[in-house]
Amino acid sequence: MKKLMEGSEAMAEAAIAAGCRFFAGYPMTPFTELLEHFARRMPEVGGVCINAESELEAVGMAWGALATGARAATGSTGQGLSLMQESFSEITLAELPLVIFNMARGQQDYYQSTRGGGHGDYRHIVLAPADLAEAIELTQLAFHLADTWRNPVLVYGDYLTAHIQEAVEVDPLELGPVADKDWALDGSLGGTGRSRIISPLGFAKTGRRSPGIEQHLRTMTDKSRQIEAAEVRVEVGHVDDAQTVIVAFGTPGKFVRYVVNQLRADGERIGFVRPITLWPYPTDAVAAAAEGARTVGVFELCAGQMIDDVRLSVLGRAPVVGIGGISTDGSGFGVGPLLDAEIIRDRILALHRGETMPPLPDNERLEV
Amino acid sequence: MKLVGQAKPDLLLSQEHHMCPGCGEPMALRGYLEAISELGLTQRTIAVHGIGCYTSFSMTTDLDLVQALHGRAPSVATGIKRMRPDAIVFTLQGDGDMVNEGLQEVLHTAARGENITCVLLNNGVFGETGGHMTATTVLGQRTKNSLDGRDANYHGYPILIGDLIARLQGAAYVARGSVHNAAGFARTKRMFKRAFETQVRGEGFSFVEVLTMCPTGWFIPTTEGPSYMNETLGEVHIMGELKVDGVIRTTDELHEENIRKAAEIEAALARGGVDA
Ligand code: SF4
Repeated sequence: MKKLMEGSEAMAEAAIAAGCRFFAGYPMTPFTELLEHFARRMPEVGGVCINAESELEAVGMAWGALATGARAATGSTGQGLSLMQESFSEITLAELPLVIFNMARGQQDYYQSTRGGGHGDYRHIVLAPADLAEAIELTQLAFHLADTWRNPVLVYGDYLTAHIQEAVEVDPLELGPVADKDWALDGSLGGTGRSRIISPLGFAKTGRRSPGIEQHLRTMTDKSRQIEAAEVRVEVGHVDDAQTVIVAFGTPGKFVRYVVNQLRADGERIGFVRPITLWPYPTDAVAAAAEGARTVGVFELCAGQMIDDVRLSVLGRAPVVGIGGISTDGSGFGVGPLLDAEIIRDRILALHRGETMPPLPDNERLEV
Repeated sequence: MKLVGQAKPDLLLSQEHHMCPGCGEPMALRGYLEAISELGLTQRTIAVHGIGCYTSFSMTTDLDLVQALHGRAPSVATGIKRMRPDAIVFTLQGDGDMVNEGLQEVLHTAARGENITCVLLNNGVFGETGGHMTATTVLGQRTKNSLDGRDANYHGYPILIGDLIARLQGAAYVARGSVHNAAGFARTKRMFKRAFETQVRGEGFSFVEVLTMCPTGWFIPTTEGPSYMNETLGEVHIMGELKVDGVIRTTDELHEENIRKAAEIEAALARGGVDA
């Protein structure tokens, strides 16, 4: 049965439905409500939610919980995730299936999510839902993919994902089996000569074959290539004969889809590409859409980050133009006036018709 | 007769190590591994190691183990313990790892009364990088970045971490031992046992700090390690049980006990031996 739920609640419920039993986080707008829901719900389902003393502790605790084989997650906004980056790198190299929620302030964390703010050659699978129904699905998928690949997965939400209320249903998804976690620690093998180690450094216990750090890092890179080949997800609309293609993800992707559908109904030859996985990036879908297009527009709520991946996909087939920009409310946490169907429509049409791009709308600043 | 140096704890996969001659860390390792075996906790223990010279024990220790980042072991151990409350979970960190990089982690973990045991190997120096000042380096101690000795006006004062942790309500058992002689080793091993027993009983956070020799990082001959340790670090980081059953003991009480114990050992040696 559908129930009116806030996005944060829906995502927490989806995580619990997926078997997540450990969460640790530190309050920060607009992530706070997700932590609140986990704090309330985890004890009811036999899980644990710790209000960590900082983001550093939160990610460390999740690391420990994962090492026992539990499904575990942490999260924050991009600012808080900046603090966790060192651990993200190492958790990835230790092949632990962490799920991370970024309830981002706008789309300023595209680089952070897809390039990683941490050290080394690691990659995180990044899932970007456009609405709550998709957020529920992708949250569950996140735990499944994390276990499948033994690689962290980040769910990229935002202020609207976290706070919007929709009538939704959280049904546990049947996503297929994942391998037994024979690497998980329970302490039972001490003194048997078969004790286990979870290490980011490519170490094995004495007497066992150790890959060594170089081979370990190469194996991790090979895994990234396999994920790139297997896990791309994308929604594409009206691109076959499109003269203008708009690329957008997450909540802005939902707005762009709505506007492009309207413009199509008006007879404009415009299409859209909405990456659902930000890594691996839907390079082929963007390239195919750009084939024969006059222009590719990128609508994102930041100064222009995903546009790099669009350009790397389009590879000169068409000019790539940023039509989004920085837009926040007065607090800097929420949604700015640019996320508005009329304004987005005007910008897409300006690009499509080769007219001057309207100036970015300003928010009404809070009087301080 | 089996020599001390030939004794191999059950929980070691190999006796080989790459520590410097005279290093105190392998002695501390032996102490807690023997304590775990003797308490019958072998097949329910999970270790979390930080980053330092002792990280090489990660491969040779025959326990389920997580290799953590520098400074972060107590949080990792927290996550393990919360999901496996029946496991005995302990961390191994050096002073650079715990008191410099990860001070807040160990303090928060202790304050939370997390039912784990944290082990600190304190030699007052970053051994692995070649002898640099840490937060526990004592005043006057020469390191590569306090060449004329640690100066309070320039470098600040050392942190007496055991004393600090003892003040936290969540800490149930706090002790500071050493491995500079056989008696110190035996006493430290008893501390390990009490700490693990505290955890088995679910009484809260337990902490054992061990003063260990680092002749390499102290720039002294190997044979002078034990006496240097006793006279420099040992004079500031006072050895003894700092908190037992939740009751804090004063530095004066520890001093008195240490003097009494030293006298007992002298007497026992005069009689012909000490039973470790
Ligand atoms: S540098 Fe110091 S702590 Fe490291 S192995 Fe050598 S003596 Fe031991």
